[in-house]
Amino acid sequence: MSSDKAVTLRINGHDETATVPSHRTLLEALRGLGHVDVKCGCEKGDCGACAVLIDGEAVDSCLTLAHSAAGREITTLQGLGTPENLHPLQLSFSELGAAQCGYCTPGMIIASESLLRKNPSPSEDELRHALSGNPCRCTGYVKIFEAVNAAAEVMRNSGDPK
Amino acid sequence: MTVSDVNETQPNLRFSQIGKPLTRTDSPGKATGRTPYAGDYVMPGMLHAKVVRADIASARLKRLDVSKARALPGVVCVLTAQDMPDRTIATDIPGQTGRAKLKTDQQILVKERVRYFGEPLALIAAETPDIAEQARRLIEFELEPIPGVYDPEEAMKPGAPIVQGTDNIVATHKIRKGDLEAGFAAADVIIENTYITPFQEHAFLEPEVGLAWIDENEVITIRVCTQVIEHFRAVADAVGVPHNKLRVMGAMVGGGFGGKEDVTVETYLAILAQKTRKPVRLEFTREDSFLGHGKRHPIKLKYRTGVTRDGKITALDVQVLADAGAYVYLSPYVLLYCAVNAPGPYRVDNLNVFAQAVATNNMFSSAFRGFGGIQAAAAYEQQMDEAANAIGMDRIEFRRRNYLKTGDPISTGFVPPSAIWTEKCVDLAWQALGEPTPSKGPIKIGRGIAASQQSYGRLTFLHDTSEAWVGIEMDGTVTVRSGVTDIGAGQASSLAQIAAEIIGVTLPNVNVYNSDSQVTPLAGTSTASRALYMTGNAARLAAQAVRDRLAVVAAELLKAEPAQISMEFNQVFVTDDPSRAMDIADLVKVCASRGVHRSELAIFRAPFTDVLDPETGQGQAHPDYAYGAQAIEVAVDIETGEVTVLKCIAAHDVGQCINRAAVDGQIHGGTQNGLGYALSEEMLYKEGRLITPSFSEYLMPTAMDMPHVETIILESRSGLGPFGAKGIGEPAMTPVAPAVANAIADAIGVRVFEMPITPERIWRALEAARG
Ligand code: FES
Ligand code: FES
Repeated sequence: MSSDKAVTLRINGHDETATVPSHRTLLEALRGLGHVDVKCGCEKGDCGACAVLIDGEAVDSCLTLAHSAAGREITTLQGLGTPENLHPLQLSFSELGAAQCGYCTPGMIIASESLLRKNPSPSEDELRHALSGNPCRCTGYVKIFEAVNAAAEVMRNSGDPK
Repeated sequence: MTVSDVNETQPNLRFSQIGKPLTRTDSPGKATGRTPYAGDYVMPGMLHAKVVRADIASARLKRLDVSKARALPGVVCVLTAQDMPDRTIATDIPGQTGRAKLKTDQQILVKERVRYFGEPLALIAAETPDIAEQARRLIEFELEPIPGVYDPEEAMKPGAPIVQGTDNIVATHKIRKGDLEAGFAAADVIIENTYITPFQEHAFLEPEVGLAWIDENEVITIRVCTQVIEHFRAVADAVGVPHNKLRVMGAMVGGGFGGKEDVTVETYLAILAQKTRKPVRLEFTREDSFLGHGKRHPIKLKYRTGVTRDGKITALDVQVLADAGAYVYLSPYVLLYCAVNAPGPYRVDNLNVFAQAVATNNMFSSAFRGFGGIQAAAAYEQQMDEAANAIGMDRIEFRRRNYLKTGDPISTGFVPPSAIWTEKCVDLAWQALGEPTPSKGPIKIGRGIAASQQSYGRLTFLHDTSEAWVGIEMDGTVTVRSGVTDIGAGQASSLAQIAAEIIGVTLPNVNVYNSDSQVTPLAGTSTASRALYMTGNAARLAAQAVRDRLAVVAAELLKAEPAQISMEFNQVFVTDDPSRAMDIADLVKVCASRGVHRSELAIFRAPFTDVLDPETGQGQAHPDYAYGAQAIEVAVDIETGEVTVLKCIAAHDVGQCINRAAVDGQIHGGTQNGLGYALSEEMLYKEGRLITPSFSEYLMPTAMDMPHVETIILESRSGLGPFGAKGIGEPAMTPVAPAVANAIADAIGVRVFEMPITPERIWRALEAARG
């Protein structure tokens, strides 16, 4: 379409170009580029399934315009670690059963990572608050809290918050 | 903290992997964002679909003009009922009995009459989602409102607008036993109350989505998030192709809870793919999802209980009225669950249950975790507290005097074959609450208990079966093939664990292929807490057959008897002399060279029965039942009506854990679902129009609201599932809401009879009590 414009997005450390109209959300653009680890649950900012890090801060990509993310550092769940080199949150979510259906998991881990970068030892209240925009329908959050706390400890001890 | 009293009750069986909190096979993919869901599949040249919905709940379609939409460049197809006359979709899950299906066919698109808000009028397929959306806006329609009915009581009155049938009554069930009059005559006190339960939305995080295409054999193939791939038959019938020319493939499902039990996007996708002969993708928006699948039935339950001063229930009369909404769907079955469970885990010899489901112009109701049993529990457990209060007896003691015990008949006269450990569950949960938190000023503390009975396995008159295939490869890895859908509870992983345990390989050496209606052996639905029970047993039988054949060859090679052979951790050895051992992979190679059959297709059959007696409801309804309890402590601010859940304990006899972490997870999630149901989740309708179609209006528990949930797992090893397991998916949720209600009543001294128990309802109840 004529209103399409190219935008270069830096995603998980690589530059990729999306050609999209100015009203296209970052969620749609990322999924269009194949980053389907970014999930869509509402397109209204109500579910956090679409969360990505932008310059280290968790944001709902469905409320962000793709063009506005140009030149910024975008990290999706896949960008945090790989199966061979798991991020501590990925490891703890996997091993402690914090993912059931797993659909909230990308957003949940991104929100947790965003928190732990700012606050390596969150209190229970701080943790709950940080995840309050990420509803999960399967887990009751119990194992999610356990997983974030376990990962936080690993990250504190490694001194390398990744 | 977790208590398991296996050792106290049964000699501990030796398992290498069963019962351990193992990492599920699907976890790493989910935690790294590598797991593809149905919405993540794309195809070159695929079209994007949209559904156009009615915006009035009861109306006649006067005009539907799609010409402008059709003319829009990039629109490939727009379909209305005129383009597909007389197409309907069956909305029940067929059993195997050949019994006449429920009369539940629904028009796929509105022909003339709109029966609920959001009923589909037209389908669009376009080259891009933007064009599809533009086309949606170009469709013009005119709906002429006609009188509707939005309350089941109103819908039953003579002269009420007719939504379904001749009198709106879509199902009636009766259960009768003993002598009700004599029972009430023997009572010292009669307690009568009416409890109201609300609509509930499943609110799975993944909205309905699918991709359909026509393959090289002219098979309409649909990749979709569903709990039930067996709907391929209904979808094939709806589009007029033979059953073997329609294929439904699942994916890891982003939550189901019953909301993906009925057909959702499949029919639309099949029709559009058939029409356009191109791949078509349809993804529901969140609002579509709110409007596009059935809800939990709102039910009004009138309980009349006769009790003696020494705490015996002498009679129970229950009147149940369920809102089926605009179409029948699974209402008759949901209602049956409600009726069967009406007395709960208590022995009631003089019983009368009369249950009806009635059509209205509300959103249709259908399956939801707990499936009618939840609404019954919400009522019977509040009524137990009311009855205990009426005779001035401690509520735990009153329950103790009435529990069903192992070997007792339930309401239908059927004796569950497994253990009934309600008393243990209640006592352990109640004790685990520990010291009471003190009330302070306007903050009142209260405690509640609720016990529950919930079936696992589908209704036995549906003649349920499940199949699984297990084979072992030349390198010693194991393959399981089974149609079971994985809706997030670890269904596939538990099959892997069962095969691994029996054949003696490690979990990473097992791979499960599941959820494909034409390629994997059909396993039945992931509903009714049946997947582990049914498909787990099928996998167990298949794995055992493979193991037995391998063991014969191993015995010969290791110079022992087959009964002396053990298989564990990818090794086969003589049990009493582990030095005589070999790799399973080497054993398989020998077996292959001899032509030993290294795979097995097994079928597991649930008990088959006839329907219950239509007048007395006596007979067998389910294969078996699970029992559990929930204990809750709440703080209620009597100035604001605000409720905080302070302590939350769940105790369940799960029969046997297959994966401990997965069992805990089911209980945590079931508790959360139940807390939302009890306290905050409210679907508000105005003349059938849903006014809360988003997560900012429909409030489910967030990370801020959820208390810690302590689980107490009991293992009676008496269930019908593999290794004595029972189901836990639904039982986990059943006792939660009444425990909350009882805790609130305990805190504030008055009962709120209608859920959700919002601050406003609490405040009103307190006002009313103050006079
Ligand atoms: S999809 Fe972005 S918050 Fe739900
Ligand atoms: S794991 Fe299913 S929504 Fe969180």
